[in-house]
Amino acid sequence: MNKIFAAAAGALTACVSVPALAQQKSVKIGFVSTFSGPSAVIGNDMRNSFDLALDHLGRKMGGLPVEIIYEDDQQKPEVGKQKTEKLIESDHVDFIAGYIWSNVLLASLKPAIDSKTIVVSANAGPSQIAGELCSPYFFSTSWQNDQTPAAVGLYMNQKGVRNAYLVGPNYAAGKDMLAGVKATFKGKIVGEDYTRWPDQLDFSAELSKVRAARPDAVFVFYPGAAGVQFLNQYAQAGLKNQIPLYTAFTIDETTLPRQGENALGIPGAQQWVNDLPNDANKKFVADYKAKYKSSPSFYGAQSYDAANLVNSAVVAVKGDVAKKVDMIKAMEKADFASIRGPYRYGNNHFPIQSFYLQDVVKGLDGIPVLKTVATIVKDDQDGFHDKCAMK
Amino acid sequence: MTVLFTARNIAIGALLAFLALLPVYAAATGQFFPLTLFTRIVILALAATSLNLILGYGGMVSFGHAAYLGVGGYVVGILAKEGVTSGFAQWPAALAVSGIFALAVGALCLRTRGVYFIMITLAFAQMIYYVAVGLDRYGGDDGLTIYRRSQFAGVIDLSGKVQFYYLCLALLLAAIWLVWRLVNSRFGMVIQGARSNDRRMRAIGFPTFRYRLAGFVVAGMMCGLAGALLANHTDFISPASMHWTRSGDLIVMIVLGGMGSLFGPLIGAVTLLMLEEGLSRVTEYWQIIVGPLLLFIVVHAHGGIDGILASLRRG
Amino acid sequence: MRDEVILLVEQCLNGLQFGLLLFLLAAGLTLVFGIMNLVNLAHGSFYMLGAYFAATFAPLTGSFVLGAALALAATLVVGMAVELIAIRKLYGRDHLDHVLGTFGLILFFNELVRLVWGPGGMNLPLPPYLGTSIEIFTDVHYPVYRIAIIAVALVVALLLYLAVMRTRVGMLIRAGASNREMVGALGINIQLLYTLVFGVGAALAGLAGLIQAPILTAQIGMGENILIVALVVIIIGGIGSIRGAFIAAIFVGLVDTVGRAFLPELFRLAMTPAAASALAPALSSMLIYVLMAVVLVLRPQGLFPVDGK
Repeated sequence: MNKIFAAAAGALTACVSVPALAQQKSVKIGFVSTFSGPSAVIGNDMRNSFDLALDHLGRKMGGLPVEIIYEDDQQKPEVGKQKTEKLIESDHVDFIAGYIWSNVLLASLKPAIDSKTIVVSANAGPSQIAGELCSPYFFSTSWQNDQTPAAVGLYMNQKGVRNAYLVGPNYAAGKDMLAGVKATFKGKIVGEDYTRWPDQLDFSAELSKVRAARPDAVFVFYPGAAGVQFLNQYAQAGLKNQIPLYTAFTIDETTLPRQGENALGIPGAQQWVNDLPNDANKKFVADYKAKYKSSPSFYGAQSYDAANLVNSAVVAVKGDVAKKVDMIKAMEKADFASIRGPYRYGNNHFPIQSFYLQDVVKGLDGIPVLKTVATIVKDDQDGFHDKCAMK
Repeated sequence: MTVLFTARNIAIGALLAFLALLPVYAAATGQFFPLTLFTRIVILALAATSLNLILGYGGMVSFGHAAYLGVGGYVVGILAKEGVTSGFAQWPAALAVSGIFALAVGALCLRTRGVYFIMITLAFAQMIYYVAVGLDRYGGDDGLTIYRRSQFAGVIDLSGKVQFYYLCLALLLAAIWLVWRLVNSRFGMVIQGARSNDRRMRAIGFPTFRYRLAGFVVAGMMCGLAGALLANHTDFISPASMHWTRSGDLIVMIVLGGMGSLFGPLIGAVTLLMLEEGLSRVTEYWQIIVGPLLLFIVVHAHGGIDGILASLRRG
Repeated sequence: MRDEVILLVEQCLNGLQFGLLLFLLAAGLTLVFGIMNLVNLAHGSFYMLGAYFAATFAPLTGSFVLGAALALAATLVVGMAVELIAIRKLYGRDHLDHVLGTFGLILFFNELVRLVWGPGGMNLPLPPYLGTSIEIFTDVHYPVYRIAIIAVALVVALLLYLAVMRTRVGMLIRAGASNREMVGALGINIQLLYTLVFGVGAALAGLAGLIQAPILTAQIGMGENILIVALVVIIIGGIGSIRGAFIAAIFVGLVDTVGRAFLPELFRLAMTPAAASALAPALSSMLIYVLMAVVLVLRPQGLFPVDGK
C-alpha cells in the first residue's frame, strides 16, 4: 500500500516538477519514432543518425546546448499522438522530429500545429500534409509518399512493362504509394491488393492471386519487417524467377541483411543513396560506419538532415528559439549541407529533389549490396503542392 | 461521528479534494500536463464506473465494454467529419447509439452465463472493432482526427482545458451518484440478487432478464458518454480504443480499486494510470510489475484497494 | 488447370494450413479448460515463447529441427513451472478470476520477453530444403514449408487423438473432463495430471508459435490476436472436445482465408480497391465472431459438447 502511494507521489512529482528556469538556455528537441517491435531497427537507425549529427554539431546549436528526448510510438497512431502531446505539454520541446509512419504523423500533427511547435518529418510524407493539411510549422526532410513510387512507375515504363500487379499495406502511406505508381505507369493494372497493416505478415493469399493473374511485373511497397517477409515469401513461392518485382522502400540497408539473396536483382527508387558523391554524405556514411559498425539507411540519412535543418534555423535566430516565424523563414531556404546534395523547398515545405534507381547486386565479398544504377528524374516536385494554400 | 472518519472515507475525501483543486494548481503554476493526465483519468474512471454497475454489482463480466467507448467516440468523430459539430446533436446521438447497441448486444448475450458470457461480449466488441477498421472513409485503422471539438454555442468551451476538466469531473460525480441511487433501489437489489442466485429471484417473481438488460443498457450509455468525452479530449478516435485489451484495462481498474464499491473504479483508474505514468518514467518494463500485481490481487486481495482501506480500523 | 481453380485450390490449402495451426493452439486451450475448468488467457504467451525459443536455439545448434525440438522442450518446462507457481492458485475460482489472473500473466510475459530478447523481435530463417516450392498438382505450386506445416500438424493431431483415446493417461484425461471429483476420489494424483496437461497444452501452443515464426517472425504480443481466434474456435467446437476443436479450427481457418482472398473481388464491384481491401478482411474476421455468437445462442454447449460434469 505504501509502495503504491510512493509510486503515486513519484508520478505526481514527475509531472508537476517545475521546469528548469530560463528554458531558453538550451534547445529542446523531441524525436518520435519506433523503438519497439520488429521495426525497432528503423528507429534505432534514425536515432543513431540524429545523434551522429548532433555529435558533428558539437552538441550545440547557435551556441546553446541541445537536449534531445526520444519517444517510442510503438508503431501505433494513438501512442504516437500521446507521446507527441507529452513532448509538447510536459517537456516543452522547441522542435519535434522523426515520424516513420504516415498514420502516426497524421494523428500527431494537430497537437503540434495547435501549439505552434515546429515539426520536421524525417520520413513520413502523407499526401494530405502536402496538400490541404499543409502548415507553415511542418517541414519534411524526406519526400512526399507518392513521389518515389511515381519514379518507379516511370522506370517500369522505360523497361517496357505492359501490365502490373500492385500490392501494398492498407494504411495512409500504402495507399499513397500505390496511387503514386498509378499516376505515372502507363500500362494496365491487372490487380491491386491492400493488406492489413501492420500485423499481416503472411502474404500467401496475395501471392496466390499474383500467380493467377500472370502480370508482366509486380510492384510492392512493404517497409521494415514486412519487406523482409514479403521478399522471403516471394522467393519461397517460386515467383522470384518468374515475375520481375519492382519496389519502393522495401529494400534498404536495414532489411537487406535479412533479405539476403532474395533481394538480388530487385530494383527500387530512392532520393538518397549511400554512394552519393557530395562531401556531407561521405562524412556521414564514413562516420556512421565507424561509430555503429553498420551502414546507414535512408531513414537515418533523412534524420541526419533533420538535425541540420533544425540547426540552420536556430543559428539564423542566434539561439532565440521563441522567434518561430524567423526560424521558419530560415528553414524554407534549406540552407544547409544536405546529404542528398542541395535541394529547395516547395510551397508546402516538401523537398524538390532528384530520384535515383538502385539495384541489389553481389558485393565484393559476395554479400548483396545496394548500388546506384541511374538517375530517374531530376528536380521532381510532388503532385499535391497546388492543393496547399501556402505560397 | 468518528464512524464518518474511517480510513476509507478520509482517503476518498482527500482524493476528491485533490481532483477538485487540481485545475487551480495548474492555472497558478502554468503546468497543464497534470491536468491533461487527470482529465484522461477522470474520463476512464467514468467508463470504469459504468462497467462496475453491471460487473461489480450485477456480476455480468462484460469483456467488451470498451466497445461503447469506441461507439460514443466514433459518433462524435463521424458527425464532426460530416459537418455536424454541435455537441447538442452529437452527444445525445452518442448516447442513443450506445444505448441501442447495448440493447441489441445485451438481448443476445444475457442469455448466456459464466465464461460463455465473457466470450460472447468479447465477440461483439471485436465485431465492432472490425467494423471500425473497415470504415475506410473514417480512417479505418489509421484513426480519425477530430478538428473541432463539440460546440455548445457558448454555454461551455471544450477547448478550454480547465472548463473541460470540470465538465468531466462533474459528469463522473453525477455517474457515481446515479450508480449509488440505482444500486440502493429495488433495481439494484434485483440485479445483485440475480448475481447470487438467479433462479431464486425468478422464483420470487422478478423478471431478472429485463432488469439485467436495463442495467446493461444504462452502463452502455454511460460508457458511450465517456467515449464522446474521450474523443473530444484526444481530438482523435481509432479502433484501438475498442480493442479487447482496453476492456481488460477497464476490468483491471475495477478489480484494483474494488469491485462493487462506489468509488472503487475511480480509485482503480487513478492507481493504474498513475502507476503507468510514474513507473514508466522509472523503468520501461513497468508492466512486469503490474502483471503479477494483478495476479496477487486476484488471489489474495479480492476487495481491491477499497477493500483494504475499509478493513483498516481507525478509532 | 484453369486459373480460377488453381487459385481456389491454393487458397483452400492456405486455409487448411491456418486452420491446422489454430487447432494446435486450440487443442491445448480446450484441454485445460475442459479438464481444469480454467480459462487461460496466457496461452498466447506460450505461443510467443515457442517462437522465441526456436529463434534462439536454431542458430545456436545450427539445425532448424533440433532448435525446434529444444524449443518444444523448453516451452513444456516453462508451462509446467507456470502451473506450479501461478495457475494452481486459481483452481476452483470464478472464471473472472481466471481471466484477470492470466491477463496479468500476459503482461508479465510480454515484458519478460522484452527484457530478455529486446524489443526488436527475432527472425527464424528456414533451411534451404524448406525454402522453395514444389508442384503438387499440375500447375499448382505450393511452398514446401507450408506443406510441411500441414503434415506436422496432422501428425500431431493424430498423435493427440491416439493419446487421448488409446492410452491410460488419455483415459484419465477424458474421465477428468467428465467428472473431476470422481477421478480424485479414485486416488489418482490429480495434481500431477493437471501439471502434465497444462504443460502439454503449453508445448502445443509453443509448437504453433515456432511453426509460424519463419513466416511471421517472433514478436512481442504475437499471442494476443491469435488467442482470441483460438478461444472462438473452442467455443464453437465445444469446450473440452478435441474433435470439436479440430473441426471448428479447420472451418474457421478456411472461412478466414478464403474470405480474405475472395471478398475483395466482390466488394470491388461497389467501391474502391482500398476500401474493398479494408472491408473484406474486416468482414471475414467478423464472420468468425458472428458464427460464434450464433452457435452460442442456438447451441450454447458448442458443436461437439463433452458430456456434462
